[in-house]
Amino acid sequence: MNRWKQGMSMSDAKKILVRARVNGEAREAEVEPRTLLVEFLREHLNLTGTHVGCDTSYCGACTVILNGRTVKSCTLFAPMAEGGEITTVEGLAKGGKLHAIQEAFAECHGLQCGYCTPGLLLATLQLLRKHPRPTDAQIRKGIAGNTCRCTGYQNVFKSIRMASAEMEKR
Amino acid sequence: MYAAPFSYHRATSVQEAVKLLQELGEEARVIAGGQSLIPLMKMRMARPTALVDINPISSLREIETSKGELRFGALVRHADLEHSAAGATVPIIHDCAAGIADVQVRDQGTIGGSLAEADPSGDWGTALLALETSVVCFGPDGQRTVPLEEFIQDAFTTALAHDEIVTAVHVKVPPKGSAGAHLAFKRSAPVYPTASASAQLTLEDHNRCKEVRIVLGCVGLTAIRAKEAEAALRGKLLDEKNIRAAVEAARAAADPQSDMRGSADYKRMLAGALVKRAIGIAARRARGESVEAGHEYVGR
Repeated sequence: MNRWKQGMSMSDAKKILVRARVNGEAREAEVEPRTLLVEFLREHLNLTGTHVGCDTSYCGACTVILNGRTVKSCTLFAPMAEGGEITTVEGLAKGGKLHAIQEAFAECHGLQCGYCTPGLLLATLQLLRKHPRPTDAQIRKGIAGNTCRCTGYQNVFKSIRMASAEMEKR
Repeated sequence: MYAAPFSYHRATSVQEAVKLLQELGEEARVIAGGQSLIPLMKMRMARPTALVDINPISSLREIETSKGELRFGALVRHADLEHSAAGATVPIIHDCAAGIADVQVRDQGTIGGSLAEADPSGDWGTALLALETSVVCFGPDGQRTVPLEEFIQDAFTTALAHDEIVTAVHVKVPPKGSAGAHLAFKRSAPVYPTASASAQLTLEDHNRCKEVRIVLGCVGLTAIRAKEAEAALRGKLLDEKNIRAAVEAARAAADPQSDMRGSADYKRMLAGALVKRAIGIAARRARGESVEAGHEYVGR
């Protein structure tokens, strides 16, 4: 076995059980401790809406909400989320109806390729929880950890403003 | 990217954390927010054989004020400090906390973890050196309090023994008439700064500098107290000439390395510029003005 494969071998380490409430549902899987939260979600729970972008804590495509705080799920080991409450992009739509934030992003072309979108949607949800009517400066700060290479952010700003207005009405 | 394999252990008390560290040996590491350690582990620059997760220790999440001291539990997150009363009282703490990386990292990263990691590009080591700060460590022989100057010894190296953990960070509340600023320049929000500078000033007679601390970040193996720059201002008027002398001394104190964030020369100039701006903002704040400051980056 070459060195790379040795380092990547997933068989020898002791697995541990990780349980969490994901989008309101109790979920669990036995994983190696070094499993990242994003892999736990994607590979073990089959929730592939959360994307792996840079895998270096930069781009924010993997952003989810854990216990009321945002986290880049590529930068947390899954066991650290034990017993936690997690919201992923799959948890936004309810009863087949898109969340106001999702509708606003679709309406305002707040995405093109869509790769960064799951992370941006969760970052927006958190931003609007803290600042229901955010200023431009607050929007800039709120999504500074999310990189989008398509939109140039202008339409993302429009989407967030529209989502804010819609959510205030409801 | 996968970290090298490790065993994972959860501690629910500081005593249990220390016991686990003793049992697991020198290759075990404590994990708090993980925002520095996990990237290092994924790049295999750190390869602990075991992790002791201290997040379940809820007593380490408290912020208290006692006897003129702000006491931050090791697990207090940057975001908690950003929105804390402590940040409102001591602006340098707000400047630092509100600008570290991005929302996601501030929501997870902790003040204790940042100091224990001792990354030369970290912000807390720089900002807190401008104040009187001590680090509370807990180990097999009980508790000891180490001044921040002695706690951080080198890049990624602290006074912590392998079986000790940081439990709290104590900061003396600056006297009336004293104020500071922590400024940093970074290429974008999520990255470490290219250079940073903190200044804490005590003024008398409106424009005379009674006491001062100037600290440089990201331009050496640890945060650097620019003592000659401080001497250029202590007891003197805050006029253009004296500030220029302080900035020159600060530039000379910087010991940067060229890397992807910029050349050594560029970082030296940047550090000087940040010191100049930090002194100006600290002075305005010391006179009672409310000034916004912190991390600067493209798109802010």
